[in-house]
Amino acid sequence: MAFDKMELRDIEVWDGNHAAAQALRQAQVDVVAAYPITPSTPIVEGYAKFKSDNYVEGEYVMVESEHAAMSGCIGASAAGGRVATATSSQGLALMVETLYQASGMRLPIILNIVNRALAAPLNVNGDHSDMYLCRDSGWIQFDAFSPQGAYDLNFIAFKVSEDHDIRLPSIINQDGFMTSHTAQGVATITDDDAYNFVGEFKPMNDMLDFEHPVTHGVQTEEDWHFEHKARQHSDLMLKVSPKIDKVFADFEKLTGRKYSQVECYDMEDAELCVFCLGTSVETAREVATQMREKGLKAGVVGLRVIRPFPFAKIIEALKNTKAVAILDRSSPGGAPGAMYNEIAGALYNTEYSPLLSGYIYGLGGRDLTKANLVDLYNELQTNVDAGKVTTQLQQFIGVRGPMLSFL
Amino acid sequence: MAKKGWDEFEIGAMLRSFDGGIDDIAGTRQEDRAYSENNSYKASVADWRLIKPVFNKDYCIDCQFCWIYCPDVSIIARDKKMIGVDMDHCKGCGICVEVCPTNPKSLLMFPEQADDETEIASWPKKDEEEA
Repeated sequence: MAFDKMELRDIEVWDGNHAAAQALRQAQVDVVAAYPITPSTPIVEGYAKFKSDNYVEGEYVMVESEHAAMSGCIGASAAGGRVATATSSQGLALMVETLYQASGMRLPIILNIVNRALAAPLNVNGDHSDMYLCRDSGWIQFDAFSPQGAYDLNFIAFKVSEDHDIRLPSIINQDGFMTSHTAQGVATITDDDAYNFVGEFKPMNDMLDFEHPVTHGVQTEEDWHFEHKARQHSDLMLKVSPKIDKVFADFEKLTGRKYSQVECYDMEDAELCVFCLGTSVETAREVATQMREKGLKAGVVGLRVIRPFPFAKIIEALKNTKAVAILDRSSPGGAPGAMYNEIAGALYNTEYSPLLSGYIYGLGGRDLTKANLVDLYNELQTNVDAGKVTTQLQQFIGVRGPMLSFL
Repeated sequence: MAKKGWDEFEIGAMLRSFDGGIDDIAGTRQEDRAYSENNSYKASVADWRLIKPVFNKDYCIDCQFCWIYCPDVSIIARDKKMIGVDMDHCKGCGICVEVCPTNPKSLLMFPEQADDETEIASWPKKDEEEA
């Protein structure tokens, strides 16, 4: 069945949701099984419109829940198709059980998560609670800071995930509303270039290969389960990172846009670093530039690849810093922030010991303002001058009421 | 099956049904198929069974009811003739006995440890009331 190609301008004004939907169209996904939820709905809605307008050849499966959406994706992927979907927050929470099935079955599904707070209280706005919820699910996890990233990372994710040496599913995170509903200029790739970059889907152990019947989703107990999990972890730890670097390099050749697993901004000589995810990275970069004008050696590290955690690249990025503020946009539920812990863990056995302070911010879509970040850089300079962290190790930024800090 | 190390098997929670490719599998009898060691055909689940069906071919009319109804494909038939029960896979559910239409039945359930030949020798007679 023939489908139409779409003529795109070099720069289109797209929000993150539309950018992701366009990327799914251009990758010529075979099956999307989806259930709508704010703020991710326009991704699958947009894809459905592309299908009804004959820009897409694949199947669109409307299901009765997010659990069913990912289950449909798992079935379609095991059958041997290119598969993608999108969700957010409560929907992701319902989907989590099947996320572990997808990664354990080594099915290269692409999931766009538009990050949103988890209830209660119910909230549709952006924070990273849902991102953190599936942190240990065995998926490769990318983070977009803008609609451009949401567009580009989809192509990169297909190419990484579907490689037969990898065969692990990928999540592309983007911030709810701040990215998903904020229209910006997005540099596009032509339909042909985009599809050629991603490449034709190459099935592996697919159920539609009737000459080689396979059983997917088998049960193992204490005699085999550990070996399967070990294999999956080993591939995540050893194979994925070099593959991502290669695909980033290929993508730069095609588009001129350079991505890194750890995105450094003004870090060459930085003494003060703000480490964060999502749209906050772009805000922090603006503030870092302002702080440079005031004489502070400010830089920003944003995490482009959350899983596999780029342990060595983090150490390399932070080794010459004197103080690092680590921002977690998720309520840690009785612990230091997850990113704080992971970075502290990366640096602990090294000769580098920048002062690490953790911050919880932006829950439920609360803005992280430039003023917040100015205060943050000044606090880091105070810590450097004092030679120690002068505050408690975990502080809340932007919450009303008495100053909240712990540890 | 050999217990392989974490780096010695194919990825994914996936098992192959056959060694190598297959062609005309529907036209190939079970005993002639190249089932892999992972296939459940190679695994005996006989120890799940507490009572077993015993087949008495003297009364069988080859109606194929048992073959159709068996939920575990454990009735062995060749050229539409009932041959017996696959005792490696039969779980002793008794459905074959339930659906057997002959009088007396050609399949009856007995304790797992019963001797087939002894039971066949003392098989119930035709039920005249039912007839």
